[in-house]
Amino acid sequence: MAAPQRRGGGGVRVRPWLRHAVLFPGATCGSFYTSDLRFVKEYPTLPTYRVLDLEGQVINPAEDPGLSQERCVAIYRNMLCLNALDVIMYEAQRQGRISFYMTNYGEEATHMGSAEALTLDDVIFGQYREAGVLLHRGFTLDEFMNQCYSNARDEGKGRQMPIHYGSKRLNFHTISSPLATQIPQAAGAAYALKRSGKAAVAVCYFGEGAASEGDFHAALNIAATTESPVLFFCRNNGYAISTPVRDQYRGDGIASRGHGYGMHTIRVDGNDVLAVYRAVQAARALALRDAQPVLIEALTYRVGHHSTSDDSSAYRDKKEVADWQRQDSPNVRFRKYLERKGWWDDAAEAHAKKTLRAQVLQAFARAEKVKKPALQHLFTDVYDTLPPHLQAQQAELQRLLEKYPNELNTADFETSV
Amino acid sequence: MPLRSRGYAAASSDEPQFINLVQKSSFLNRDGDAIFQDPEFSRISSKETKNVNYYTAVNDALATALETDESAILFGEDVAFGGVFRCSMGLESRFGKDRVFNTPLSEQGLVGFGIGVAAQGATAIAEIQFADYVFPAFDQIVNEAAKYRYRSGNQFHCGGLTIRMPGMAVGHGGHYHSQSPEAFFAHVPGLKFVVPRSPAQAKGLLLAAIRDPNPVIVMEPKILYRAATEDVPVADYTLPLGKAAVLQEGRDMTIVGWGSQLYTLEEAVRRAEAKWPDRSFELIDLRSILPWDADTVIRSVNKTGRLLIAHEAPLTSGFGAEIAATVSEACLLKLEAPVARVTGFDTPFPLIHEKFYVPSIVRCLDKMEALFNY
Ligand SMILES: Cc1ncc(C[n+]2csc(CCOP(=O)(O)OP(=O)(O)O)c2C)c(N)n1
Ligand SMILES: [Mg+2]
Repeated sequence: MAAPQRRGGGGVRVRPWLRHAVLFPGATCGSFYTSDLRFVKEYPTLPTYRVLDLEGQVINPAEDPGLSQERCVAIYRNMLCLNALDVIMYEAQRQGRISFYMTNYGEEATHMGSAEALTLDDVIFGQYREAGVLLHRGFTLDEFMNQCYSNARDEGKGRQMPIHYGSKRLNFHTISSPLATQIPQAAGAAYALKRSGKAAVAVCYFGEGAASEGDFHAALNIAATTESPVLFFCRNNGYAISTPVRDQYRGDGIASRGHGYGMHTIRVDGNDVLAVYRAVQAARALALRDAQPVLIEALTYRVGHHSTSDDSSAYRDKKEVADWQRQDSPNVRFRKYLERKGWWDDAAEAHAKKTLRAQVLQAFARAEKVKKPALQHLFTDVYDTLPPHLQAQQAELQRLLEKYPNELNTADFETSV
Repeated sequence: MPLRSRGYAAASSDEPQFINLVQKSSFLNRDGDAIFQDPEFSRISSKETKNVNYYTAVNDALATALETDESAILFGEDVAFGGVFRCSMGLESRFGKDRVFNTPLSEQGLVGFGIGVAAQGATAIAEIQFADYVFPAFDQIVNEAAKYRYRSGNQFHCGGLTIRMPGMAVGHGGHYHSQSPEAFFAHVPGLKFVVPRSPAQAKGLLLAAIRDPNPVIVMEPKILYRAATEDVPVADYTLPLGKAAVLQEGRDMTIVGWGSQLYTLEEAVRRAEAKWPDRSFELIDLRSILPWDADTVIRSVNKTGRLLIAHEAPLTSGFGAEIAATVSEACLLKLEAPVARVTGFDTPFPLIHEKFYVPSIVRCLDKMEALFNY
């Protein structure tokens, strides 16, 4: 745009001052004057970073993160574990044993790849389809099950629908259903981390659908102006329930928005666990070093239905799903990488699947037996302590429970202390 | 894993399932043209009815609106494929993609968009996927839609805007798929707010909302979408906004509720009649939260001397508070007992403790007893 400008056939040279930098206070990136009336519509499309090809071969050896056998196997096992968890919980919902569930199929690499690059000091804000991140950080199968069963061992005290996990121990803020609300919160958390001098970043996961909410735009902008070390990790899986990306946005995905907010940005193949790992690792280093937010867009595909309330055959071809599964499975790709290294084989696969399924089923059985949280927890935690009006309401409920023990049966609940 | 009955919603209890209350409810018209004996329906010329569930009745109203008003458009998250509750099923293919379409996932965006459409004189029917997710649009609704006419001296208005949103409890919705946010909107002059209790009500009230020259929010009790089925007039008709409906007349106690709560109240009344055979109960569906039909409620309470209000939203500043204040003022000398409210507690809407939180049959009966014993 700063190239010498000519107009008309006469080749009149533009007067030099026209090319001078624009000095208005809003021109922060060094705009130049031009007399060429031109609307910009064509922007360069952002490339998609990849380490592994579909056959699990490293495309450029310099990009192989060189993770140890132990770490690679741990990542892959957790991908399988996440699948085992999803299979059983989905089925449990179908049987009416839990009320709701959301699977993570197809997005395993975004979870494990990103989680592997983070530390337990990093603070996570999730959307809901990031169970693998939690798993990889050390959330136990019992913890998953207790939450989905709303039982007395659920840290969330049975208050939220299944899959709304949270863990103080693992620095994973409790999931909230309203979309995109966590994105500006992550920016604030990052700012607080920066001020505390901790070598940690905030990491925020969200879908490409949620990125249409005002909160997303507010978050990127405030993170940029406050120079907050936050990683905005978009799982672009092609759909927001039934809504395809064509109805969601018309720009170059979510990554292109980073430019608008003056932010470091990368797009990555979300089905390539090593690419996700490398991108997040580098983004984290950058965010910490420069105190800057980074936007990461991971392209992937939601293989499962949106949730147990959804039947995706109503809006997408079953063949489309099957094709993705067959042609570009993140698990298969990484397994091929492991096999090339001689770290995995059919026997290991069969053994892992069997033991993981057994472990999930055992945790499941344990959670099912635990009673539900005591009735007092209807009232606790609304505030730090119970104000008088809630004390009165709790007493009223207590009176009702005693008067109507059959109608308001509490047998399934722990007794109050 | 062996199949087992759904155990998540309510733990073992003697209480009937909500679905059973709806299925045996006398509020739902199962006798074809019997519905035309109701004066609000009697002026409908075609006496044809069709047995449909709640979401189909909504769909029918939307189709009727699109059919009869070329300017009308229907939009929201996932609306194109039929909506997550199937209310817009088939409408995209029938009316075209420029009239029935998905919006990006932004409630503030889609409501603001609807205000703009309506301010140009067209009809905008916006869907918020769950009432719990209306809050990103709160600014657009409260500061914009509600004040558009007033602030311009009636030069501009967005009366063609209707916002539909599924609300209320479902048994397993937790904090964010259960709320009844009517009281927030009841505080906003310039808005109208209705809660239809049944398929026939939904069709008539929704069409009235769409055609009303003011912005209207319609909260549809999502638990009824599939559960409630009745014989609904096939014709194009509207029901009045701002008018309550007396579902049952009685002498000794007035009971006011709206939406799905009415089915619980109906059962509570049945049991109360058995328990106190010499007493009779007047059950009122408020239907419109704003403006609300104070006349009907006051007239009733002046007759019965007792008032019970039930809603799922929390007690403090719930809409029951407004009714109680108005009735206390207007009926003081006729009241045999203070106005009573049975509501959700002042906590977020819970999950596993839902059956203890909601104004259940037993809680309502308990309060009725207190009213008689006062
Ligand atoms: C504010 C708000 N609006 C609507 C919803 C309903 N809703 C839940 S998930 C979802 C789609 C989200 O899609 P995306 O962000 O792409 O995530 P994905 O499900 O694909 O992982 C919608 C519309 C919600 N939870 N919150
Ligand atoms: Mg998505």
